[in-house]
Amino acid sequence: MARKLLLENAHIEGIHTYDVYRKNGGYRSVEKTLKTMSPEDVVEEVKKSGLRGRGGAGFPTGMKWSFIAKPDGVPRHLLCNADESEPGTFKDRYLMEKIPHLLIEGMIVSSFALGANHSYIYIRGEYMYVLHILEKAIAEAYANGWLGKNIMGSGFDLDLSVSPGAGAYICGEETALIESLEGKRGNPRMKPPFPAVKGLWQRPTVVNNVETIAAVVPIVNEGGDAYAQIGIGRSTGTKLISAGGNINKPGVYEIEMNISVEEFIYSDTYCGGIKNGKKLKACVPGGSSVPILPHYLVCKTAAGQDRLMTYESLADGGFAAGSMLGSGGFIVYDEDQCIVRNTWNFTRFYHHESCGQCSPCREGTGWMEKVLHRLEYGHGKMEDIDLLWDIQRKIEGNTICPLGDAAAWPVAAAIRHFREEFEWHVKEPKACMERNYGLVAEKIFEPATA
Amino acid sequence: METSENQIAFKEETLKEVGRITAQFPEGMQKSALLRVLHLAQAEFGWLSVPVMDYVARLLHVNPVEVYEVATFYSMYDTQPVGKVKLEVCRTGPCMIEGAEHIVKYIEDKLGIKDGETTADGIFTLKTVECLGACGYAPMLQAGEKFHEHLTEAKVDELIEKYKANPVANYMGM
Ligand SMILES: Cc1cc2nc3c(=O)[nH]c(=O)nc-3n(C[C@H](O)[C@H](O)[C@H](O)COP(=O)(O)O)c2cc1C
Ligand code: SF4
Ligand code: FES
Repeated sequence: MARKLLLENAHIEGIHTYDVYRKNGGYRSVEKTLKTMSPEDVVEEVKKSGLRGRGGAGFPTGMKWSFIAKPDGVPRHLLCNADESEPGTFKDRYLMEKIPHLLIEGMIVSSFALGANHSYIYIRGEYMYVLHILEKAIAEAYANGWLGKNIMGSGFDLDLSVSPGAGAYICGEETALIESLEGKRGNPRMKPPFPAVKGLWQRPTVVNNVETIAAVVPIVNEGGDAYAQIGIGRSTGTKLISAGGNINKPGVYEIEMNISVEEFIYSDTYCGGIKNGKKLKACVPGGSSVPILPHYLVCKTAAGQDRLMTYESLADGGFAAGSMLGSGGFIVYDEDQCIVRNTWNFTRFYHHESCGQCSPCREGTGWMEKVLHRLEYGHGKMEDIDLLWDIQRKIEGNTICPLGDAAAWPVAAAIRHFREEFEWHVKEPKACMERNYGLVAEKIFEPATA
Repeated sequence: METSENQIAFKEETLKEVGRITAQFPEGMQKSALLRVLHLAQAEFGWLSVPVMDYVARLLHVNPVEVYEVATFYSMYDTQPVGKVKLEVCRTGPCMIEGAEHIVKYIEDKLGIKDGETTADGIFTLKTVECLGACGYAPMLQAGEKFHEHLTEAKVDELIEKYKANPVANYMGM
């Protein structure tokens, strides 16, 4: 059985309450930190652990922490990114709902490491019921002396608050999150200055994902070296994967970063195989923004090696033949799913969520949505496929924030791997509108009526 | 809805809650409370009319335009009247491939309204929304704060009966 570091106790009755959490070893990392460690020691352990940001980009957390500016007399802030809006991703919600004190514990230790005395959890507005769960747990933490003034007589003060968004994917981008937390529209900021220098209220700020912050707890408890023993290469520790789509057992799984994709999809410990005995057609392994993989590149790399659930292996082959671990939003498509429709759906999402500041993103996503719509609804032309390719290329890299790239990549990957299916939509619009696809033998698809 | 400016005021307990929220931010940064206070306003007044937004602006000592900007940016805020129960069905990829389109159509037919519309009795508004972080439990919808997952036609029937009998599902916000 795989080792779990975050969700080990998630199944325990009442673990969301302080008493049960504490009885099961909760807040040990705070005791250890405040009694025996300096802020620099904590940063050092996190560096040793090899922990990489779990929000999507995979940036080394210890390094990020060491970049925070420390001007005299200016307060610093730690913000927890609980915006979780990347389609396919629902792991942070699970963690916060089941075991809210783990996040609070991680926030205390991480805030201490950064020298922050007031930290915030920014949570998407649709998770309002989770916000209530967190506030209740925070009140318990205050009542038991883990938050507030002079925690455990250490001289360290910390306030912790939760603040909601109100429906905007873009607020997951760290500078948009900061704007939103300041009570404004979620328009990403130009960088530099980076948040580590000028973030919330122009003060030095670190933004980390829920899972990243929670992982600091086992890192402090067991030591950075022990954490780094788990996993392969630069993919250390465990990762929460939220699995959805056409599988038998959708849900949130904590994996050690050394298992194969094949095991993850087909073993009963995890996804339990494709639903209704169907065949695998494609997989988006890291949330809607990452490139889609056709079935022959899901379990094997282009070089024929087993693909693993790690940052490196999922990216093996670059964008030509690989994808990304991203946020761990793992979406599985069976043989009946239409790639053009899925691409149109995702593009509509990005168009809807574009904040509108940059024209390549604002106009480009809308344009791609229109072209994909006409392809899907039987009015497409062959030139539309090249047009789509062209638009996505002109968005990528030309925008203030990475939402533009996130909108471009899925379109590029869909055309790269499923061009025939796009062409089929132009050639046989009627058959395609009936949406009857089958992955037959070695072909990527074949309309049932052909 | 007709509401004159001086009729608009939060209940005593909501005002207390506003005080608690604004105290979470440093002196002079009370604007940070805006998103949450707008959730409270929407819960209490049903939707964010101009007089409601102006009231929130006065409470937080910001310009009305700063409130309008925010209210129109975020998808959860209603700047037009809506039904008592908003059925927000996720339409994004993972839900779509598990049958979200069929659920939307089923609700449309059942209630006789289209996406974005409100039933004549003012009880239900149907709205399609983007991924709500429940993709593994698809198809799903949110009503107020509650997530309803693994939807089937039978479950939708049950929900609609339930909310018809007791039409309260707006954001509690607190
Ligand atoms: C459009 C967009 C949406 C994002 N959404 C999220 C999100 O919902 N949650 C998250 O943790 N990070 C999200 N990120 C990444 C954040 O900007 C940031 O890198 C992350 O919170 C850093 O935390 P980490 O280093 O712990 O991963 C998003 C980025 C972009 C460009
Ligand atoms: S890339 Fe898109 S979302 Fe990002 S700042 Fe530009 S317009 Fe806004
Ligand atoms: S796609 Fe519907 S909840 Fe994520």
